[in-house]
Amino acid sequence: MKDLSKVNNPYNDEKVISQCSIFGMMSTVGELFSGKAIITAVANMHDRGNGLGGGFAIYGCYPDRSEDYCLQIMFNTRVSREETEVYLKRFFHINHAEEIPTFPTKAIKNPPDVWRYFVQPKLEELHEIISEDDVVTRRVFTINTTLEGAYVFSSGKNMGVFKGVGFPEEIAEYFGLEHYQGYIWTAHGRFPTNTQGWWGGAHPFSLLDWTVVHNGEISSYGANRRFLEMYDYVCSMHTDTEVVAYAVDLLARRHGLPVEVVMDIFSPPVWEQIDRMGPEERVYFEALRNTYGPLLLNGPFAIIVAHHGEMVAHTDRIRLRPMVAGIRGDMVYASSEESAIRLVSPQLDRVWIPVGGHPIIARIKDTPGQEVVKGGRELDKGEKAEEFPTC
Amino acid sequence: MLTSLLPEFTVDRSEDRCIQCRVCERQCSFDVFGYDGENNVMVHREENCVACQRCSVLCPTNALVIRENQYTYRPNANWTREYIQDLKKQAETGGVLLTGMGCDKPHKIYWDHILINASQVTNPSIDPLREPMELRTHLGRKPDQLEMVDGKLVLPDYPNVEISTPIMFGAMSYGAISYNSFRCLARAAFEYGTMFNTGEGGWPMELRKYGKSTIVQCASGRFGLDLEYFNDAAVVEIKIGQGAKPGIGGHLPGEKVSEHISQTRMIPEGSDAISPAPHHDIYSIEDLHMLIHAIKEAVDYQKPVSVKISAVHNAPAIASGMVRAGADIIVLDGLRGGTGAAPKILRDNVGIPIELALAAVDTRLRNEGIRNWASLVVSGGIRNSADIFKAIALGADAVYIGTPALMALGCTVCQKCYTGKCAWGITTQDPYLTKRVNPEIGTQNLKNLLRAWSLEIKELLGCGGINSIESLRGNRLQLRGIGLESWELEALGIRGAGQ
Ligand code: SF4
Ligand code: SF4
Repeated sequence: MKDLSKVNNPYNDEKVISQCSIFGMMSTVGELFSGKAIITAVANMHDRGNGLGGGFAIYGCYPDRSEDYCLQIMFNTRVSREETEVYLKRFFHINHAEEIPTFPTKAIKNPPDVWRYFVQPKLEELHEIISEDDVVTRRVFTINTTLEGAYVFSSGKNMGVFKGVGFPEEIAEYFGLEHYQGYIWTAHGRFPTNTQGWWGGAHPFSLLDWTVVHNGEISSYGANRRFLEMYDYVCSMHTDTEVVAYAVDLLARRHGLPVEVVMDIFSPPVWEQIDRMGPEERVYFEALRNTYGPLLLNGPFAIIVAHHGEMVAHTDRIRLRPMVAGIRGDMVYASSEESAIRLVSPQLDRVWIPVGGHPIIARIKDTPGQEVVKGGRELDKGEKAEEFPTC
Repeated sequence: MLTSLLPEFTVDRSEDRCIQCRVCERQCSFDVFGYDGENNVMVHREENCVACQRCSVLCPTNALVIRENQYTYRPNANWTREYIQDLKKQAETGGVLLTGMGCDKPHKIYWDHILINASQVTNPSIDPLREPMELRTHLGRKPDQLEMVDGKLVLPDYPNVEISTPIMFGAMSYGAISYNSFRCLARAAFEYGTMFNTGEGGWPMELRKYGKSTIVQCASGRFGLDLEYFNDAAVVEIKIGQGAKPGIGGHLPGEKVSEHISQTRMIPEGSDAISPAPHHDIYSIEDLHMLIHAIKEAVDYQKPVSVKISAVHNAPAIASGMVRAGADIIVLDGLRGGTGAAPKILRDNVGIPIELALAAVDTRLRNEGIRNWASLVVSGGIRNSADIFKAIALGADAVYIGTPALMALGCTVCQKCYTGKCAWGITTQDPYLTKRVNPEIGTQNLKNLLRAWSLEIKELLGCGGINSIESLRGNRLQLRGIGLESWELEALGIRGAGQ
């Protein structure tokens, strides 16, 4: 029997309270674009953060090495980097390694070193049937929990997470993100109510190519976390957003559930609504709630979840945190505030506030004319009025 | 020989108020009151008084006050009055002392050392009067994961039962309690959408209509069991132990086995109904495994099977074995759990508090990654809705209440259930007494209790910013300890207040 208290804090009280701005934009035809727009947009929501955390996720930024896992790792000290590199060499074939270029600015003080490693996991020595993704996940947890001073920002293919202590626009400047190109970008500005800022605690949170930016406080944190621990997740990042990232990984990757099902698990309809549904829908939600009830996310939240090909904007079922969605041509936007979207795309084909608990899913268009934005499940009768245009 | 016992209680009757109506004489089933017709006064045999308060509540002029006997032995911290009295009774009788209800010793009540969190600023609290607030709970095994095949969810095939609130009525058999009390429990559970438990005394045919709200017990005496008994119910529970008397069986004396009870228990009228201490076909965990599966075969795998044990020192390891043996629900009954009759020495000294057992079992099942294989129900020592809230935050799915349900029917916890003379008509089969429980009022009171506690749980959830009970389950972050030692906080898995 594993003793979780050895690796996990048994009191579960590492949750850090924070309020935030979030922003996401995606080209549904997969066209690459620079970080300029999202930096402008998230900077416009400056006042929603307090300079203690900002970050970005970029998809499609390493097209030349798109077959390799890109581990972006932050190191507190030189020693921690050396130790980690010994570990990496032991368990990975490293195809390329470099320090991530930075452009020091006044605002960013005492930054850690951040490196990226393009790697393939060594599977040869493992005497078990296990996927590459699972191996990488396992290694990431080992680095985060056992190697002092090393934290993995992201570990997916052809994507990367850049984050740190500062306002998001300062972090963008520091990493020179206007020079990167991607087809999905998400961003986060943080307002933690604890004083100590920590680079690893900034958003996005990521595992493999899944990223989460989150505005909210999860009151079900203890229940969510203890459920995830049963599935071997180790919570080490001192924030509740981490459980969202791991829950997405468990449900979407390991259990193979489509992202709309995952969102239904996070914010299912209330039982009284389920009782009124047709038999097929009813058994669907009953099965979800009964099996994954411990992963219901309670308390106020708005999240943008992304992985290759999909960007999802979602809120808690009574919508206690803001979220606005917008569409212009092939671009889909999600933001805490409409003003941020308007700033980068003054003309919008459609802009609206999604119904609480109903995800907005933007998908890469692989066939012309395909519907690229899904507004979640059908609304209950009488619920319609909740979705309204913003202006 | 002259008894050297002091009466435990005194009867103060105000002669000014008393109108000699003799209500107290008729109401008292312990033979305390008499009437002296010559002098037109009431007389007392105080040594018989058990302080059930039936007389003082029913006295039309409020002439009666029953109080603890002020006369006492010389104060002694070691030889308390209770120990002196118990010893003397045994010297006079040479027997094992019996008692009823749960342990009344001042062992630490952990519920009273746990405080609950509330949302402020960063997380809005939720008003249950305006927003949905969900208490609905499903009991039974949950799958480890769901699968999608061709865009369709493959539905899990573990049977689950639904309850509208995480509060159920614990096992109290017909025989231990009166027919009226039993039927109040059945009906209230049915009408409120929760469950009651038949205990090990069979299940009268005319109450089978409440089947979807019924948990039937299969205990060591195997009373009243047949295929229909299992199949008419919603859940089948194998009873291994009971918190008030771990390791002890039961005994319903023959004089209580009336015609109806004899039919229900499937034993001859007037014969003793003895439940042995162990099940004589379960001497090990693999035997339990076989019984669980025999029952599952009998119900065609359509109903969850529950296993109930008393909270003992190594409950976590036993619980793990039970889950692996196929139990869909496990029930832990704590030290303070009630009983109709138990040896006093056992009731007061054997077992552990339910709070500690619950925390340990939940943690153990999670460490083994099998917590979702079974629902966890706890009982024994629940007194109010806050206790239930705390139990769920520690990791329980639902609770059983026994004593509180009887209190809703009139019980005053006088602990004399084993005498069969319950003056409130609950733990007795005497028709003169049993009619004191009115089935309509009793049912309504039980439903009121469920409703009141459910509303309070919703308030507590809302103040913590949670709108669904599953987000509370095992969410120990919502709790803080006060006045606890560090080992106790660690055992409960909670931080201290202010930490
Ligand atoms: S019930 Fe009250 S009034 Fe009636 S006889 Fe007893 S003490 Fe007197
Ligand atoms: S059920 Fe009756 S005898 Fe038992 S404690 Fe309650 S009032 Fe007393």
